Amino acid sequence: MTYPDNLRYTKEHEWTLVEGDAATIGITDHAQKELGDIVFVDLPKVGAKIEQGKTFGSVESVKAVSDVYSPISGEVLEVNELLASAPEKLNEDPHGAAWLIKVRMTAPEQIKNLLSAQEYQDYVGAES
Amino acid sequence: MLPNTLKKTPLHAAHRACGSKMVDFGGWDMPVQYSGLVDEHQTVRRSVGLFDVSHMGEIEVRGPEALQLVEIVSTNAASKLKIGQAHYSGLLYEHGGFVDDILVHKVADDSFFLCVNASNQEKDFEHIRGYNKFDCDVELASDRYAQLAIQGPNARATLQKLTPVDLSAIRYYWFTDGVVCGTPARIAHTGYTGEDGFEIYVAPEEAERIWNEILEAGEEFGIKPCGLGARNTLRLEAKMALYGHEIHASINPFEADLGWIVKMEKADFVGKRALAGSMERGVTRKLIGFEMRGRGIGRDGYEVLLDGQPAGWVTSGSPSPTLGKNIGLCYLPVAESRPGRKIEVVIRSQPVEAETVDTPFYKRPK
Repeated sequence: MTYPDNLRYTKEHEWTLVEGDAATIGITDHAQKELGDIVFVDLPKVGAKIEQGKTFGSVESVKAVSDVYSPISGEVLEVNELLASAPEKLNEDPHGAAWLIKVRMTAPEQIKNLLSAQEYQDYVGAES
Repeated sequence: MLPNTLKKTPLHAAHRACGSKMVDFGGWDMPVQYSGLVDEHQTVRRSVGLFDVSHMGEIEVRGPEALQLVEIVSTNAASKLKIGQAHYSGLLYEHGGFVDDILVHKVADDSFFLCVNASNQEKDFEHIRGYNKFDCDVELASDRYAQLAIQGPNARATLQKLTPVDLSAIRYYWFTDGVVCGTPARIAHTGYTGEDGFEIYVAPEEAERIWNEILEAGEEFGIKPCGLGARNTLRLEAKMALYGHEIHASINPFEADLGWIVKMEKADFVGKRALAGSMERGVTRKLIGFEMRGRGIGRDGYEVLLDGQPAGWVTSGSPSPTLGKNIGLCYLPVAESRPGRKIEVVIRSQPVEAETVDTPFYKRPK
């Protein structure tokens, strides 16, 4: 797996795509592989405030439930409705169609704290 | 625990080679899945799957009075076993709680072979030895055995290609000492999946070759290697207990709905007195199955509410790949432990609706 260069990553295995003051957040391919068959995705409501490093939802597979931590602080603009009916999409396309939420960033400078694709690749390489 | 301190089965390299995901399971570096938990689960229900369960422990009791010792330490009636027959049984403390759940195989009049849980093997061995005032020896023999489980409707057809033993002649919960892939093997018609199948015990140095030959023999049936993840969902659907979840030192067999492995008519066994007291007073809690009605999965350790009040806890819970429902087992006060009762499972601080149901969740078609 090569991780897309246009995304930034966390050590908790989330990614974020920044476009202006908006950011799309998802979980990484490594995360979906670790979890296995995903059966539930719990996400916040539009308008909810989320904070960098704090949990904003959870992803549940057959064998385990895992918190999702926010890569950045912001307000939820949009929630991926696809995942309510088809959580298994997270196993198929975690960096694309199965994004989790879009937020308006309230502290865009936090992006600096995140890992580049190469740094994340090295991190999961070292972990596994 | 550091990865290099984890114990490994003789098949460790083979698992790595076929891309398994490994986890620390009670101190063992074990495959949790290969192709995917649900895929492996379905493969066992529909055709055949192969599991490495070499982490399981084996204890041998041998000598003129072997039967007396086995009778004393276990709840089921070992005296009723014929040579070549096996049964499920319990090892209890004097207070009636579980030391472990085990399979007892009668190899000969003076020889019994016990299959015990991996993480309990030293404890079980010391426990059994502690009661050995008989003319027999107890040996922790786990290092001499690898164990493979071939499970599913095509398990027999697969294994039959590799052994001259007529497998159709081995009845359910019987076993025979024969040959598999040209090497001595104990072939038991047992399993932990709710599906038909066999568990074979072989020398560790032969394990990898046999593993590969079984995968080859099962190719025409679409056999897949299966991990502990699928083993857990399969056993849960069949409502088979897992030590550390449904049973442990604070749970007695009546509470765990395992009264059928307790033979109170036996002269004596460890825990009998406590169980007699428990019978007389009646148990206060009992294991019951449930299905989630609301959205969520009730998992191990989650609180269960009755009419909004804390009343019990979940011992195991998972999506059921066969039923397409979220199922689980929980302890409830005995008066409420019957099918059809509305309950709530507290999932991440939120009570979610569920209902108690009859078990097993899945029973294989005969």
